[in-house]
Amino acid sequence: MSAQREDFREILRLVRPGARALDIGCGEGDLLALLAREKQVDGRGLEISQAGVAAALARGLAVVQGDADRDLADYPDDAFDYAILSQTLQTVRDPKAVLEELMRIARHAIVSFPNFGHWRVRWSLLVGGRMPATRALPSAWWETPNIHLCTLLDFTDLIDQLDLRIDAASALIRGKPARPMKPGLALENLRAEAAIFLLSRGSSSAHAEPGPGEKLL
Amino acid sequence: MTATLDRRKDPARGSEIMRFPASKPLRLDSGAKIENLEIAYKTWGELNTDKSNAVLICHALTLDQYATGSNPVTGKAGWWSKAVGEGKPIDPARHFIICANVVGGCMGSTGPASLNPKTGKPYGLTFPVLSIGDMVRAQAMLLDGLGVETLFTVIGGSMGGMQVLQWAADYPERLFSAICVAATAKHSAQNIALHEVGRQAIMADPDWRGGAYADAGVRPEKGLAVARMGAHITYVSEDALQRKFGRGLKRDGLSWSFDADFQVESYLRHQGVSFVERFDANAYLYITRAMDYFDLPGKHSGKLAEAFTGARDVRFCVLSFTSDWLYPTRESREIVRALNAAGCRASFLEIVSDKGHDAFLLDEPEMHAALTGFLKATAKERGLK
Repeated sequence: MSAQREDFREILRLVRPGARALDIGCGEGDLLALLAREKQVDGRGLEISQAGVAAALARGLAVVQGDADRDLADYPDDAFDYAILSQTLQTVRDPKAVLEELMRIARHAIVSFPNFGHWRVRWSLLVGGRMPATRALPSAWWETPNIHLCTLLDFTDLIDQLDLRIDAASALIRGKPARPMKPGLALENLRAEAAIFLLSRGSSSAHAEPGPGEKLL
Repeated sequence: MTATLDRRKDPARGSEIMRFPASKPLRLDSGAKIENLEIAYKTWGELNTDKSNAVLICHALTLDQYATGSNPVTGKAGWWSKAVGEGKPIDPARHFIICANVVGGCMGSTGPASLNPKTGKPYGLTFPVLSIGDMVRAQAMLLDGLGVETLFTVIGGSMGGMQVLQWAADYPERLFSAICVAATAKHSAQNIALHEVGRQAIMADPDWRGGAYADAGVRPEKGLAVARMGAHITYVSEDALQRKFGRGLKRDGLSWSFDADFQVESYLRHQGVSFVERFDANAYLYITRAMDYFDLPGKHSGKLAEAFTGARDVRFCVLSFTSDWLYPTRESREIVRALNAAGCRASFLEIVSDKGHDAFLLDEPEMHAALTGFLKATAKERGLK
């Protein structure tokens, strides 16, 4: 659980106090409760499981039962400052569409996911000859919820393709505090067990806010 | 039947009645007005000194002000005793609970069976056609009379949920939170069609007498019973009916007649017969009509979100049931989508149940846990104990 705690701690650091945030795949609302307490965030949640929603409701959190693949369309444009997808991207049916939705409903997206390029994953497959089961990816292939795994390089390729800007990137290793990194480096792709990105609209090459009325995605 | 008739003469036994002077008429959406309005209601618990703990419970089509405790008309427990009462999610130890019979009803509030003060005779079909908005406006008048400015929460299931949404649209400044259970923001074609079958059954009964049956000293009991039988099917799920009755027979073998061979037939007949003892046929016509006219998005140029633009500070909880085919989950999702679009604070939970629309009245631990959790957390924000 310490890996998750570090994930949350980094998200907490990235979020501006008093912001409006949507946590997609919020579970029982641990992150939302943390954001409300530490950063006075006006938070909402989206969670697929009845048990998760019921538990979050009981904590006084505003959580809607729904599916990231289907129900993000219900939110209007620019409804939030941040859309947060913590360790959920790899479980959705259409990660590209979900990322596009995040950047439609929020000005910034915070996305964290396990890095399939980590050396343990590669080693496990290379030597063991079986689908890797690691600390970050513990489930067997036939029961894993992780249906769209990617490496850091795969992710940054998609970010480029979607013309998004990376405002911050950090690596998570063995439950240690998140460490800033350059996601394009091959060494980081080997070392990071998981990664957290802060994304905004508009490509990194442009470094300029798009003009009014300009298509963002 | 004599005892039943006596009860009908005094349907509001055990209720308080608030009478409004002719100078304070209820102004209706149709443009008409009701003078000398009477609202029958029950309260439980005490209003706290901050006046911050009032809970308004809105009842469904054929229910009444007897949400908990004992119902003096039926002799049974109040219809929401599982959710309302000591140690329940809505608790008189913590909340000042108000439940009123809707205007147009037949449990003591002014309705088509009431005497028209101008003629001294029952209104019958001269009673004005009502809307859900009218029911809510009458509730607001009642709250004014009780000195209740704001509600800690307004809660209701089915037609009660429609009233909750109407409250959020019309009086958002008077709400701290709102709980809408197994409801819809507008009646669908299927909802209207089902209601029309019930109304036609009543009006086809020769004892209906064009709505003036009270003058003739009769009641369209057969028609009202058939209306109830049809409606009752829509309140339960196919699975629940199958589990409860299957093709079970009342006695061995078929009768080769039109007697109630099947248990489900006898059950439905019982539902119909016991319903006519406690309900007025014209009230059934008027209340079903109000539900059919309910179209919250239609009132806001087709955009439901616009109904909620004043309710951004209200904490909403929307609940639906998986097997409810009368107001299915997608209707609740429409509500949640609109709340999100309006920037409201909304929670939504679909509860797994095979009990159909009526699940909200039954023993549903998941619903009660969700209500308890939501109300406790909301109470904290409101500064309640």
